Amino acid sequence: MTALVLAQVSRWFGNVVAVNDVTMTIGPGVTGLLGPNGAGKSTLIHMMAGFLAPSSGTVTLDGDPVWRNEQIYRRIGLVPEREAMYDVVSGWEFVLANARLHGLPDPQEAARRALATVEMTPAQDRDITTYSKGMKQRIKMATALVHDPPVLLLDEPFNGMDPRQRLQLIDLLHAMGEQGRVVLFSSHILEEVERLAGSIQVMVAGRHAASGDFREIRRLMTERPHQYTVRSSDDRSLAALIIADASTSGVELSVAGPDAGAGHVGGTAAAGLHVQATDYARFIRLLPQVAARHGIRLYDVVPADESLESVFSYLVAR
Amino acid sequence: MNATVARLTVRSLLGRRRALVLLALPAILLLLCGATRLLAGGDERLGVALLGGFGLGTVVPLLALIAGTGAIGPEIDDGSIVYLLSKPLSRPSIVHSKLAVASATVVALSAVPVLVAGLVLTGTADRLAVGYALAAAVAGVTYCAVFLLLAVLTRNAVVIGLLYALIWESVIGGYVPGAQALSVQQWSLTLAEKVVGARAAELGVTPAVGIGTAVPLLLVVLVGCTWYAGRRLRVLRLAGDA
Repeated sequence: MTALVLAQVSRWFGNVVAVNDVTMTIGPGVTGLLGPNGAGKSTLIHMMAGFLAPSSGTVTLDGDPVWRNEQIYRRIGLVPEREAMYDVVSGWEFVLANARLHGLPDPQEAARRALATVEMTPAQDRDITTYSKGMKQRIKMATALVHDPPVLLLDEPFNGMDPRQRLQLIDLLHAMGEQGRVVLFSSHILEEVERLAGSIQVMVAGRHAASGDFREIRRLMTERPHQYTVRSSDDRSLAALIIADASTSGVELSVAGPDAGAGHVGGTAAAGLHVQATDYARFIRLLPQVAARHGIRLYDVVPADESLESVFSYLVAR
Repeated sequence: MNATVARLTVRSLLGRRRALVLLALPAILLLLCGATRLLAGGDERLGVALLGGFGLGTVVPLLALIAGTGAIGPEIDDGSIVYLLSKPLSRPSIVHSKLAVASATVVALSAVPVLVAGLVLTGTADRLAVGYALAAAVAGVTYCAVFLLLAVLTRNAVVIGLLYALIWESVIGGYVPGAQALSVQQWSLTLAEKVVGARAAELGVTPAVGIGTAVPLLLVVLVGCTWYAGRRLRVLRLAGDA
């Protein structure tokens, strides 16, 4: 069974630690590398692909080091994040050149097969410069697949793709995973990972924050305390009502400057409430009820921490 | 050497507008020599001044700068080199292929025009044309190795290379004694001197070093830069890493 193994891998650039003591094993099937921008995903993929030396630790593929080992590329296909290609040639010429660079016995047949897999055969004779972003992405996939590698690494493959192209790529990666290949892709978008990956590795601020299947990660995320920002006609009174209920563990009143909140009834000069709900289902039922009962108008109820970063921060803090 | 790497390099080096820039310099050299021949006649000393000063001193290093850095620099800058590096190819073979393409380009676009310009200016007298063409070819290949290494080492290869070509090779290497001993231009000029033979000194083909010193130094620079570029390419950090 093919396995990409990272053992206590760290990478720093000067004083900046990009990847901090990461240990993980990526096996067959589709794995999502999830994390906000700047979490170290690209650095990690570059180390997995042998383009960057770990500052400490090792990256091995079936026991062979990937750093300074050109022969490893017989087993790895890489789809880089950047779009630049040798775009003075046609799609066919480029994929064929990649097949030749791999020294394949029948490069023409390999290129034909790879282009058919990504459904680019009809457009293969056009210059790469004329391709849309999605088509370029598929040509990049074809170059990574041309030597039929057991390991496929994709750095932010969905960036800039339209929904239809995303679905196509998701289907393609699913098929690759089901064939028993190690497929690892990075993304900062939760929904992409949810739809595609059987197993997820979460990176936050260079650290390996969590791993497991999607349900496990989802459970961690829904069980965390939820935070809301609430703006109402009488923030101070509402704060007292909310904290009286067991669904919340904290309410903070933001006090604005002298001019702010002038339109608010009650003259509290408050600019909103930050509510931490421990039982968010109960809280979102309670809030409109108590507001209506006490004649308080709700202007805004916004979940304060639904961004991926805050979810990740929570996971890291555990 | 890898034929596919070489083919891709040719396509990106000679594609688009860069080819026009590459052609401009030899065109200027030929025009200048043609005009000189028409206006001043076939003067050998004038030939030495033009072939040496403008041909060997300016056209060759500038062409080698464009071709040497252009053979690999843009790919490193835009990250497309990843398609070569993610293959089971030895890194030196990538460097060798790119150097071969850059060198062939420079020889074709500088040594050949220098030969033609020399024939136009001086005919076959004292084999000046052949001597300078040989010097241009050898200098061109050596410069290519230097500039290719520079492009692997730094993203500012063109600026640094330009400063080196214009200041060190053209000005200091041309006129400052002592510094001349460390100039590719002067080393390659020893070959022109050898070809021209007895009248070399009289015509002004006077390199700062002897051929016994020049040839080993040319080889050391050529082999050393090529070897080190291969080594550096093995540990090249791709653009956008963070």
